Amino acid sequence: MSVLDSKVPKGPLKNKWTDYKNHIDLVNPANKRNIDVIVVGTGLAGGSACATLAELGYNVKAFAYQDSPRRAHSIAAQGGINAAKNYQGDGDSTYRLFYDTVKGGDYRSREANVYRLAEVSANIIDQCVAQGVPFARDYGGLLDNRSFGGVLVSRTFYAKGQTGQQLLLGAYSAMNRQIARGKIEMHNRHEMLDVVKVDGKARGIIARNLITGEIERHSAHAVVIASGGYGNVFFLSTNAMGSNVSAGWKIHKKGAFFANPCYTQIHPTCIPRSGDYQSKLTLMSESLRNDGRIWVPKNMEDVMAIREGRKKPTDLSEDERDYYLERRYPAFGNLVPRDVASRAAKERCDAGYGVNATGEAVYLDFASAITRYGTEQAKIQNIKNASEAKIYELGQAIVEAKYGNLFQMYEKIVDENPYETPMMIYPAVHYTMGGVWVDYNLMTTVPGLYCIGEANFSDHGANRLGASALMQGLADGYFVLPYTIGDYLSDDIRTGKISTDSPEFIEAEKDVRERLEFFVTNKGEHSVDYYHKKLGKIMWDKCGMSRNEKGLKEAMAEIKALREDFWKNVSVPGGINEMNPELEKAGRVADFIELGELFAKDALTREESCGGHFREESVELDGEQKGEAKRNDKDFAFVSAWEYKGEPADAVLHKEELEFNDIELKQRSYK
Amino acid sequence: MSKFFTSSIGRKYAMALSALFLMFFLLQHFAINILSVFSPNAFNEASHFMGTFWVIQYVMQPILIFGVMYHFIMGFILEIKNRNARVVKYAKNNGSANSSWMSRNMIYSGLAILGFLVLHFIDFWIPEINTKYIQGDMSGLLADGEGYRYYEELTHKFVNPLRVGAYVLAFVFLSLHLMHGFSSAFQSSGVSSMRKEKLQAFGKAYAIIIPLGFILIALFHHFNH
Amino acid sequence: MNLTLKIWRQKDSKTKGQMVDYKVTDISEHMSFLEMMDVLNEQLINTGEEPVAFDHDCREGICGMCSMYINGEAHGPDRGVTTCQLHMRMFKDGDTITIEPFRAKAFPVIKDLVVDRSSFDRIQHAGGYISVNTSGNTQDANATPISKHDADEAMDAATCIGCGACVATCKNSSAMLFVGAKVSQYALLPQGQVEATDRVKNMVAQMDLEGFGNCSNTGACEIECPKGISLENIARMNRELLKATFKS
Repeated sequence: MSVLDSKVPKGPLKNKWTDYKNHIDLVNPANKRNIDVIVVGTGLAGGSACATLAELGYNVKAFAYQDSPRRAHSIAAQGGINAAKNYQGDGDSTYRLFYDTVKGGDYRSREANVYRLAEVSANIIDQCVAQGVPFARDYGGLLDNRSFGGVLVSRTFYAKGQTGQQLLLGAYSAMNRQIARGKIEMHNRHEMLDVVKVDGKARGIIARNLITGEIERHSAHAVVIASGGYGNVFFLSTNAMGSNVSAGWKIHKKGAFFANPCYTQIHPTCIPRSGDYQSKLTLMSESLRNDGRIWVPKNMEDVMAIREGRKKPTDLSEDERDYYLERRYPAFGNLVPRDVASRAAKERCDAGYGVNATGEAVYLDFASAITRYGTEQAKIQNIKNASEAKIYELGQAIVEAKYGNLFQMYEKIVDENPYETPMMIYPAVHYTMGGVWVDYNLMTTVPGLYCIGEANFSDHGANRLGASALMQGLADGYFVLPYTIGDYLSDDIRTGKISTDSPEFIEAEKDVRERLEFFVTNKGEHSVDYYHKKLGKIMWDKCGMSRNEKGLKEAMAEIKALREDFWKNVSVPGGINEMNPELEKAGRVADFIELGELFAKDALTREESCGGHFREESVELDGEQKGEAKRNDKDFAFVSAWEYKGEPADAVLHKEELEFNDIELKQRSYK
Repeated sequence: MSKFFTSSIGRKYAMALSALFLMFFLLQHFAINILSVFSPNAFNEASHFMGTFWVIQYVMQPILIFGVMYHFIMGFILEIKNRNARVVKYAKNNGSANSSWMSRNMIYSGLAILGFLVLHFIDFWIPEINTKYIQGDMSGLLADGEGYRYYEELTHKFVNPLRVGAYVLAFVFLSLHLMHGFSSAFQSSGVSSMRKEKLQAFGKAYAIIIPLGFILIALFHHFNH
Repeated sequence: MNLTLKIWRQKDSKTKGQMVDYKVTDISEHMSFLEMMDVLNEQLINTGEEPVAFDHDCREGICGMCSMYINGEAHGPDRGVTTCQLHMRMFKDGDTITIEPFRAKAFPVIKDLVVDRSSFDRIQHAGGYISVNTSGNTQDANATPISKHDADEAMDAATCIGCGACVATCKNSSAMLFVGAKVSQYALLPQGQVEATDRVKNMVAQMDLEGFGNCSNTGACEIECPKGISLENIARMNRELLKATFKS
């Protein structure tokens, strides 16, 4: 029997959550006033949790490294949020959303958690509309939906291309109401640097005020980590510059298991890198693949000619182009899932067909869509014998209406007009499905320590479907955690205020201070970014879109060497008792380096290909699926939860076996 | 309600309302003055009516004086408050990239107009008050009793080229002030931009035609006498 | 390209600051403005100087964290972009670029180019929300239809990213575009009606308390706003406040 207990309630899948809610212990309102909860991170998960917990009556202390909760990176999500509302009457249901999510996650997620997520999804939309989130509507005044990422129904609600922003501002407004009432004590520009355990339970955190540099102790009866994903371990990703793993990693070092770190989503449609100075990558919405066709030149001479500027992509005729997704996946074509599209782009670029100077870009071409729409419009407007230019003009107007803001963003960044020449895209790290291991209650392996949103591992398995991240964050924060945490806190009604003068707090603060002091006194040679970039390169080359045993072993050794060099040679200017962005980065990169090593170890252990994790050794060898990812349900239908043992490489693996009672395991096929 | 007029937006409304009133006053002032170009008689009749009708004299005139003073004093108060809202100034500020000169310099065009008003009061208003209410001569007749005095006084004032020059310059500033002020008053009053587009065109026309008209009147009398 | 940068350096909120000149070389025109700043900072760290502190996070124009006043304009000379989306191709080899923090009494400088915009948060605390419990026990999302026109207009107002460019660029440091946008979003939606009276009064009162200047309708905010929030939102706020005053 594993030490991991997922605490999934008994009974039929459909009734689990309802039964659970009916039988948990509650805290009466008068007692809630005596209970403090710390929430670290104020994105969709953290922000919504703060608002609901405060509204229930708990005293919430919230922490964000940004200058306002409104700036958390949830804000950057573009496309939408899924919910099983079935407003379109197209056969959607809780079960179908559950099924799509488990299947999309390549059968590596926990059934009960996903079902609960699908169950509360409809509530999220009701809640957000009541809060004044301006979702898109149709002319009848009812909510509009769009279709997303390969599913068979339209269940995605959206607010232009800024759904994440609007949902976050909704959660932020709910927080504001509680801040005004004094129920949330908001600590902006604060970074959590450690968790404090007293008698085995999480009882507080050590945080640094990023303006004054002051190190503070904060106590509470429970601690919630909602600090987002760790995609920045790759240095270049679509994450915000400040996004980091530190909160998750600190609690890992204090006893919380870290699950499936190798599950990373690499998004196929990002703007390619333009040079070594690049600091971050920009995502272009997945919706572009509805109308864009992806290709590279067929002949190497054309590739060279394009790179040297002797030819333009538009000079190439149809038969000189290789629409490789349409060639390899005739059934789904350009609309294969994210992981498949990303790997296919990498395959072509690795073979030397990349179309920009760095050799890492493929074309996303709208010319056929423009012609198709143009011809259609010419018919609708009854224009006889329309000239090619006229058709193009008509088509361009349609494409502009659909994707205008994305095209404009592309033009601002790349300085090329995507209506005239195909866009260049390349995959980039986008989301991390792995994270801190939690049970059904969203509690980690440390009592009283919770983890929600992208920071935990629970709902997306090995691959996340589009428009599901927002759903999970809000479900955890608004509707799940407020119940499950009450069950735990009901034992704490007589505990009283937690003192911050206990030896545990003093010790934790001392450790934090020593580490900070090391950074500013170490007279090294290299900046923090130097190490972060090196780490990113190792991760991208060896733990990126496709992985193999040799590469992963090398990665582990290289990261270990990098870590040793970092602790000898890192240079951090400035002092501790002041605003010092370099010092903040140093702490984050130190944690990324450790995580990177565990990441590689996890990827090495998982000798199968599933979702975002592709092992070159585990591919179909023959038949129709030849060369495609091969999942191994017999040996790997488990969650890898890692226990910290001093060095990342020494981490101990605990397996949570995944049982599928309501879904039949199948191989994904997009041929 | 009292709280409303001490709030930032309340003050905007008050500025806008006084501005709208002053613009209306300007229009009627212009309407009477233009008569002097076409018919000295009509001008005299109108002037005498305005100068003696009790509603104008005892109701509208105090409101006008209050409106002018309010607009100026509040303009200064807001300017000071607005300046205090930025303690350290920018080393480099490219204001012309995003706004018109007129909109950024209402205080200076306003000050120029204030200067003109002082001159104008000395020229017309104080002598008028003196004649009517201190010396008690409400007849509006010339000293020899041969007809009304208003037209005579008007033409007399525009003999001196320096004064005419000052008037012309002041009206240029008035035009600049109105160029922003007209649409600004409507925007402050919360008029939505659907109607604002037409209003803006009207405002531009108003800001050019009225001051230009005053200039032409001044020049007409200067060169005709 | 090679550039001269004139940058505001200030140790902390209590110390006086000044403009300092720096040189950067070999800047690619494809770099974003902040990547150019990264190059400068790497250079400063390597020569043992303190890097320039500036706010930034998402670097894709949506979080609202970046806030530089570049050559006399909020977010620099390009339109419809934040500082992080401004690209070096907007500049020429040999240019001198002046970089200052967003300036307003209500946005005190914390360090170098970093300013404190918590006044915006406090305005939101005063009423930037709809008082609905987050329990999920609300009516069905489609129970109250909202006209597409109103929903779209509310969305346009809601796109504000709270960066503060409107305040920085306004000659009066007025926050009316920011507050107007929030008031408008809720005023346009039926959910916002119940609290409309108190909301506009409280938010305007807090705005005044924070020391922002008044609006004189220059329209600069609308032009410099990276999200193109319309001046119409200020007019609507004015109407809302007048309505609220008559109601109570």
